[in-house]
Amino acid sequence: MTGTGFERALDSVTRVRGVRGAMLVAGDDGLVVAEQLMEGIKGTAVAALAASLSSRLKRAMDAGGVGPGIFWHLQCEQGALLVVPAASGVLVVAVTDPDVNVGLVRLELKRAAETVG
Amino acid sequence: MSARAVEAWALEPLNRFVHEAQVRLVLLMTPAGQVLAQSGFSRAVDVMSAAALGAAIMASTGELAKQLGQRAFAAVNHQGVRHGIFLSGFSAGRAPLVGLVVYDLDVSSLGLVQLFFEQLAAELAAASPKDAAPKQVLAADFERELSSSLNTLFGR
Repeated sequence: MTGTGFERALDSVTRVRGVRGAMLVAGDDGLVVAEQLMEGIKGTAVAALAASLSSRLKRAMDAGGVGPGIFWHLQCEQGALLVVPAASGVLVVAVTDPDVNVGLVRLELKRAAETVG
Repeated sequence: MSARAVEAWALEPLNRFVHEAQVRLVLLMTPAGQVLAQSGFSRAVDVMSAAALGAAIMASTGELAKQLGQRAFAAVNHQGVRHGIFLSGFSAGRAPLVGLVVYDLDVSSLGLVQLFFEQLAAELAAASPKDAAPKQVLAADFERELSSSLNTLFGR
């Protein structure tokens, strides 16, 4: 997939009202693959910490015998972090307002994850 | 294992970096290979080898960048099956320094190391003494200086 393809995959996520930014993160090393973020969001920090969290969650899920994670939603006071892991190990991450339509964002994240592969 | 430092001001930022980035080994040194602080090493000979190899890699990549007409590379990362090695130069007030970091891929990641290394560099720059001149080590004193540094680093 090309850089333009990655950007297009993120477009559909960032178009949802209340989404402040979306990014593709290499799950193994926590590096940013592509990003569309509003000013003030520290992309590299979000990517590194989301990937770190992902690997720990994966271990917890393995230990619990519940299979691989398909969607996480971390609700915070002033926003939320939503993540869908793609089959390739890339994480599709959205940073949103607290009152975003979570169902719609999840749908778009899943579509983006399918596109990314 | 806690960090040890020849330069005491480097200790707190180094300990914080080790804790936050969850790395296995760290060596802070000058581009010439003179060690300022270390974390995770248990033998002096390993510190000496790592410092010499790290300094050599920085020198050769620096020269490579020069040949390409570029500024020195910001960082070099080498990823193996289980471990990653991250080597980066930075400025900490008085003089340029080099950080060599070894991390387990199961526990940490390049992204985390890069993220917290930036913080480490900023904290070291803030903590380093501003007025002291860099200490010159003469060839005649080199062995004594090296022994003294290693004794400090390994608490002897």
